[in-house]
Amino acid sequence: MLKYTEDHEWLKQEGDEIVVGITAHASEQLGDVVFIELPEVGREVEAGEEIVVIESVKAASDIAAPVAGVITAVNEALTDAPGAVNDDPMAAWFFRIRPASADLSGFLDEAGYQALIG
Amino acid sequence: MPMADLRRTTLYDLHLARGAKMVPFAGWEMPVQYPMGVLNEHLHTRAHAGLFDVSHMGQVILRGPAAAQALEALVPADILGLAQGRQRYGLFTNDRGGILDDLMIANKGDHLLLVVNAACAEQDIAHLRQLEAQGISVEPVTDRGLLALQGPQAQAVLERLVPGVAAMRFMDVAEFDWQGATLWLSRSGYSGEDGFEISVPGDRAVALAEALLAEPEVAPIGLGARDSLRLEAGLPLYGHDMDGSTPPGEVGLGWSIPKVRRAGGARAGGFPGADLILKGLAQGPARSRMGLRPEGRAPIREGVEIFDAAEGGAGLGKVCSGGFGPSVGGPIAMAILPAALRPGATVWAELRGRRVPVTIAPLPFHEPSYKR
Repeated sequence: MLKYTEDHEWLKQEGDEIVVGITAHASEQLGDVVFIELPEVGREVEAGEEIVVIESVKAASDIAAPVAGVITAVNEALTDAPGAVNDDPMAAWFFRIRPASADLSGFLDEAGYQALIG
Repeated sequence: MPMADLRRTTLYDLHLARGAKMVPFAGWEMPVQYPMGVLNEHLHTRAHAGLFDVSHMGQVILRGPAAAQALEALVPADILGLAQGRQRYGLFTNDRGGILDDLMIANKGDHLLLVVNAACAEQDIAHLRQLEAQGISVEPVTDRGLLALQGPQAQAVLERLVPGVAAMRFMDVAEFDWQGATLWLSRSGYSGEDGFEISVPGDRAVALAEALLAEPEVAPIGLGARDSLRLEAGLPLYGHDMDGSTPPGEVGLGWSIPKVRRAGGARAGGFPGADLILKGLAQGPARSRMGLRPEGRAPIREGVEIFDAAEGGAGLGKVCSGGFGPSVGGPIAMAILPAALRPGATVWAELRGRRVPVTIAPLPFHEPSYKR
């Protein structure tokens, strides 16, 4: 089941890892994405630490780690084809993280996220 | 400024109906993009034709027997030598030898028609009013919209609606009738493409825009793509690449000041800041506007600092315009840097605490295709 952050990330639990991307709403707000910088695999990150740089035709923004943990994989394909974030944001994952705590109950569910973006 | 205080062009409802995202710009509420998106709007304009609402720009008529001569006291261009039916680019300069605004000047026979930047329009009109003492009438045009139709198919599209326009050449101006409305046309624009700017009576602007958009080649284009198009074309934008402290030579606009207005010319000087500006042009600028191609895909934007070394070293200047060039297929930028730097030289941009190698590139990034 998908969870969402208030920063417009989607989180998908797969085994003991969480896959992270951004929502369709976020990708629409950003506009055409032209550059993505991903974190290094193996990096230990804090919750809220900005670990992805995403540049659209309009502006630069950051994506924060939703939880503390270790980055286990990144979607290298996005580096060469950042537009995938606009084409299919739910498929264009950014990174996988193995969280220090597996509890995602504090995040928004689908209904909560829809209420957030109105 | 709250959105409620922003001015709206006559095409406001049309923008909303076409799904535009509206943003504040120079005191106006303007479309930054439509559902097509900035990238595709840019590419569409380069391949077909794009329709831009530029009604926020200031249109001003100068009337009076000696209007051209009078305007030369504010603008260091050859306006007396501007033939009827022709348009020319020029600058308002200030006493500090900087630039107050850039503008287009058209000779329409019994008057001059100026087009100035939206953000500067009020100040420019106040500045022009000093010519009233010489019997020149300064008439802001408030009852007209301004559209720009740009791209390789602009001529074919407009010729279908307004027969005869195909005969115009780059920087020609002419009046044409469209269904009873008098259009003031110029064959110019700010996209690096062939095209037209069309001044249309305000109450007919929506009808003309809809008629143009009904043509298969035409899509509405927002300010986002307008900016990336002009950046690729190496065209400077007032308030970003130049301001009141920028000498014309540094921003690469010395060409707009012809010999006749320079030292030794028949009408040398006689404009604000002439001594400083002419001296600067004679010496050659110490700094000049140049293109930048960052390594990799990360854009370097306005304000990013440029250095002469990968670590430490000296600051050379700041990016004045930068972003992603959709037709170039990568990040591009412009900066005013020491004039001795040549295309191919490497400098470094400080981006998020890291130095990124940047190659000095010739301007423009994308060769314009004007119909001369």
